[in-house]
Amino acid sequence: MPGLVQSVERAAAILRLLAGSAEGMGVSEVARSLSLPKGTAHGLLRTLRHVGFVDHDSGSGRYRAGAALARLSLGHIDLNELRSHCINWADPLAAHSGEAVHIGALSSGEVLIVHHVFRPYDTQQTLDVGSRMPAHASALGKVLLAHDTRATALALGQPLTAFTRRTLIRPDSLRRDLAEIRAAGWGAQVGEQRIGTAAIAAPIRDYGGLVVAAIGISGDVERICDAQRRPRPALVSRVREAALAVSRDLAESRR
Amino acid sequence: MAERLVIALDQGTTSTRCIVFDVHGRLVSVAQREHRQFYPRPGWVEHDAREIWHNVQRILPEALAHANASPAQIAAIGIANQRETTLLWDRRTGVPVGRAIVWQDTRTASIVERLAQVPGAEQVLRRCGLPLATYFSAPRIRWLLENTPGLAERVARDEVLFGTIDSWLIWNLTGGVHGGIHVTDVTNASRTMLMNIRTLDWDPELLAFFDIPAAMLPQIRPSVQVYGTAEAVLPGVHIGAALGDQQAALFGQTCFRPGEAKCTYGTGSFLLLNTGTEVPRSRHGLLTTVAYKIDGEPARYALEGPIAIAGSLVQWFRDGLGLISTAPEIETLARSVPDNGGCYIVPAFSGLFAPHWQSEARGVIVGLTSYVTKGHLARAVLEATGWQTRDVVDAMNADSGIALTMLNVDGGMTGDNLLMQFLADVLAVPVVRPMVAETVSLGAAYAAGLAVQYWPDLDGLRSNWHRAAQWLPQMDRRRREQEHANWQRAVQRALDWVPPRQA
Repeated sequence: MPGLVQSVERAAAILRLLAGSAEGMGVSEVARSLSLPKGTAHGLLRTLRHVGFVDHDSGSGRYRAGAALARLSLGHIDLNELRSHCINWADPLAAHSGEAVHIGALSSGEVLIVHHVFRPYDTQQTLDVGSRMPAHASALGKVLLAHDTRATALALGQPLTAFTRRTLIRPDSLRRDLAEIRAAGWGAQVGEQRIGTAAIAAPIRDYGGLVVAAIGISGDVERICDAQRRPRPALVSRVREAALAVSRDLAESRR
Repeated sequence: MAERLVIALDQGTTSTRCIVFDVHGRLVSVAQREHRQFYPRPGWVEHDAREIWHNVQRILPEALAHANASPAQIAAIGIANQRETTLLWDRRTGVPVGRAIVWQDTRTASIVERLAQVPGAEQVLRRCGLPLATYFSAPRIRWLLENTPGLAERVARDEVLFGTIDSWLIWNLTGGVHGGIHVTDVTNASRTMLMNIRTLDWDPELLAFFDIPAAMLPQIRPSVQVYGTAEAVLPGVHIGAALGDQQAALFGQTCFRPGEAKCTYGTGSFLLLNTGTEVPRSRHGLLTTVAYKIDGEPARYALEGPIAIAGSLVQWFRDGLGLISTAPEIETLARSVPDNGGCYIVPAFSGLFAPHWQSEARGVIVGLTSYVTKGHLARAVLEATGWQTRDVVDAMNADSGIALTMLNVDGGMTGDNLLMQFLADVLAVPVVRPMVAETVSLGAAYAAGLAVQYWPDLDGLRSNWHRAAQWLPQMDRRRREQEHANWQRAVQRALDWVPPRQA
């Protein structure tokens, strides 16, 4: 067994201590309670504050268990809250790319559509919010699988359904694609979900880098891709920029 | 040449935002800053106008920096502002006379009661299009004159200026004590109760009725017109427009034709219907207001149904009851149950606005049984906004004689799919959200851009409008009617809750 990391143990002790104190504690009090040098306690508290696990009241100088800590046990972000952070970035993405925008999160092995912006041409379109997409055949789904080893294992544990003849149904091809997506920071499907359509997606990260959702555009292959059926770089950048903007917004609000 | 851009300054109830737009009406950058809310007594709400001005001075350059733009690229700046909020300041020092009295403030209840007994009260609605209510500016000016020691003398010496927030910002932007111009736009003026809704000028009879000296009032200007150039913050940039925030949203939604309506869901909720060049008269509790006026063209009017409590009911559910930790979570909680479980909430926290105008109403929660959980309460919270909209739409349909066929929506609550679907269900018309959710800012930007020919005309603006989402009615008619009847019975229980005051 590899050695234990002392500072993680100490940080855990500080969190236990603060979680049990309704009125919070000052640095010296924390240091005394855990027999730590004051400088060490201060460094640990500052780091914990930085990641949102500890709140600091500048008036009283006291530290308390932070809101992010309480959310840990709740697991993933509330999807309706997630949508509220997406709206301002999804609209410009649709406006600039000229394509429909979807935001999705993994739910029971599929992609649950959390937010949908119509393609900015006033044709009749139906709101997809609440509907589901196959994870292994959609750009959103592959981006999400690429960052979720458990979901990937579950997906690979059963036969992969073919939606077109381009759908990745062989576990090793899917695995290779997911590795590429992880390395590139974005993913695409070209005719894998429906013939003649393509999509580009990028991950939305919560505070600390955890991927909680994906944002992407989709449309006709000729518009999304160049003549070699490769996603157009300009569109890829737009999607990645939007994903970064939502991630920043989200992280900012949850610190 | 670097791309030309337009700036919108949206001075709202809780924050001030600066948004930079490109020629396609697409959002380029945003900067935002909240300001403090002061609640010195129950029913009182105040803002520090100097804090708001400081925020403006910070966010304007910030938004430009985010857009990597220089002031030379800015074709014009347009202002949208919280309406009816009332401020007096010293014209020589620029120092406000106390804090601004915010539109939600109800301290003028007794003044309004007293004025209602004065001869001439029956003429007020006909002259300004508004019923005597605490909501508007004139009673607040009256209150300040009666309750600020020494103010009457300063006013008599012509030292004091009145303005809504648009006036305050334009005065400061154009130089403040060093030659700042003292103007307001016609939509903001239409919310004071002092402007004649037909002549679009300060009405001598109304000034006499409220006993307010004309010298302290700003000059009324069209909404779309270059008022001047900024001296402070962005020197040389044209100030091309000002609109009350709800009128700005109507403009941003490009509801330029009579019969087109929008509803904005924020703290409160505001439904405006464009009625064209005719001055509409409501028999069903709606306000007559100016929609916009482009320089050199006749004014366009609107019928308005303001709802005092919409998003703020969700905030209360979060902060007052602590049942959710963020506002959007209300949808998650509401979806944990299939219906309202028989529970209805009428959020008449400080009376009911349109179409009831009952200041004696107070909030009620009815239909409680041991079956009702917080999920049902969450449903009832969202449904309250849907039903209040329905009440206003019914009044509009009755007044205009034409049934609404579609509702354009915007504002923060349009992110709530459950609410938007419910809205389509209870109105029985499609509900449509446009591509730019920030319609208030977009409207201010459009208006300012028109003033400097950045955009050629209204049709050019229309082509920027795109549908971002649409919700279609799904509820069956019988259920809708039954639920509507329940809502109406709940409203009956909220009316007249406040006991009559002892004379």
